[in-house]
Amino acid sequence: MSMHEITIKVNGKPRRLAVKSNELLLNVLRDKLFMTGAKYGCGIAECGACTILKDGKSVMSCLVPAVAADGWDITTPEGLADGGTLSHVQQAFIDHAAIQCGFCTPGMVVASTALLNENPDPDEEYVRDYLRGNYCRCTGYVAMVSAVLDAAQRMKAE
Amino acid sequence: MNTKFLEKEFDYLKPATLNGALEILAEKPNVKVFAGGTDLIVKCKTGAPVDMDYMLDINAIDELKAIASGDDGRLELFTNAKLSTIEKDERVIKDYPALAAAIRAMASVSVRNMASIGGNFCNASPVADAVGPVMCYKGVLRLLSKRGEREVAAEDFFLAPGVSVLEKDELFHAISLPAPAANTGSAFIKLGRVKSDIAKISITVVIERDDERIADCRIAMGSIAAKPLLVADIGQSLAGKAVTQKLIDATASEISAFIKPIDDNRTTAEYRTDVAKVIAQDAIAAAWKASGGKL
Ligand SMILES: Cc1cc2nc3c(=O)[nH]c(=O)nc-3n(C[C@H](O)[C@H](O)[C@H](O)COP(=O)(O)OP(=O)(O)OC[C@H]3O[C@@H](n4cnc5c(N)ncnc54)[C@H](O)[C@@H]3O)c2cc1C
Ligand code: FES
Ligand code: FES
Repeated sequence: MSMHEITIKVNGKPRRLAVKSNELLLNVLRDKLFMTGAKYGCGIAECGACTILKDGKSVMSCLVPAVAADGWDITTPEGLADGGTLSHVQQAFIDHAAIQCGFCTPGMVVASTALLNENPDPDEEYVRDYLRGNYCRCTGYVAMVSAVLDAAQRMKAE
Repeated sequence: MNTKFLEKEFDYLKPATLNGALEILAEKPNVKVFAGGTDLIVKCKTGAPVDMDYMLDINAIDELKAIASGDDGRLELFTNAKLSTIEKDERVIKDYPALAAAIRAMASVSVRNMASIGGNFCNASPVADAVGPVMCYKGVLRLLSKRGEREVAAEDFFLAPGVSVLEKDELFHAISLPAPAANTGSAFIKLGRVKSDIAKISITVVIERDDERIADCRIAMGSIAAKPLLVADIGQSLAGKAVTQKLIDATASEISAFIKPIDDNRTTAEYRTDVAKVIAQDAIAAAWKASGGKL
């Protein structure tokens, strides 16, 4: 089985790693870079817990062989805040109490960030459709949808 | 079932050129192309049999990601064009709206950012959603190897679940869609349990209208046989006919009687047979109206 030297830009910082061909990006982030923001939920791209951004677009890191991510520019949940200042999406999730157990939250916040990158002025239907790949067993989604709509307003006001 | 790790062992190759990829396919045993991995990695993780000693990553080959205008108004979707790029492409939205609709009905945004159109074909699942529209728009598939290129009509590509005519040394290269005739209308309908689900059943209808009559009609269905199916004879039998609700109802009944669905974990054969009639009625009517026809 082949070993590979890869460089991935993670939250703005280049990281050099040696990985085996069958290692997954999610596991490398969690176990080698100790970035545990992205969660393991289903492992097969169905739940969204492992969502990260690649060039600002959402992808599921549980299906990406780490070696295939050589040269990628990615953002993990850890990279959304600017130092101690939360992003609009993160702050809106708190203000709308869109978090219960919190397991889905990192993926949900990352996917919502991708959503607003793509469409800064979404309506409710757009948000519900966009987030259909991110499952939450607790909240019932209502507060999350209003958090994303509110974050859009806050970004516009800025 | 362990979906946390990839237990399978293999070597990883990422050629920078199309020719490099074709050489690997020609020379190495048990090569699997990696495009988006949304079928391949899921299969490896869930323990489905995958003969893979070499993973061939085609993502460094930019030309395979393109959507390009071809001769005679054709549109060429190269194999590794991502689903999320295709669904937003102006030419696709305008000329092949049923394809855009079918893609939007697939999976989730994150999966569509990763998944390729070629992967949807090569995986050769009877439920593959992008296939029906490509068949109905008379898409031709271009398959490439060191031996040369050949063209296969989309409806001739599939043989059985997971099996297509693609040879071991061949790369699925592109889908070539002819320019639609004037007064063409189309519709795609998919039924799932929830929005991001795999289809219980799906239908695509593309109608070319000549005044009050149908000039040509193509109907394809998913999840009703061992492969995605072009219901060619029933579609063709509509040519030259004036469209009435009676004709639509009779055609829908014919489709429902023709298909041979199975019971599986998504639904029953009985449900599929019953509901085929309803979605056929809706899709034919919608395609006719989209072509500018009156009902
Ligand atoms: C959560 C989830 C939901 C999904 N929902 C749907 C859905 O609603 N409808 C649907 O139709 N599909 C669905 N899929 C399946 C999948 O996303 C699609 O089939 C997708 O188009 C596959 O593309 P890919 O690039 O990821 O393929 P890959 O996994 O990279 O490849 C698939 C297969 O094709 C082969 N292959 C790929 N490209 C080539 C090539 N150029 N030449 C030769 N062989 C090639 C690979 O070796 C592999 O065997 C879903 C998948 C997931 C994980
Ligand atoms: S862990 Fe990746 S989508 Fe569930
Ligand atoms: S808050 Fe518990 S899963 Fe979403």
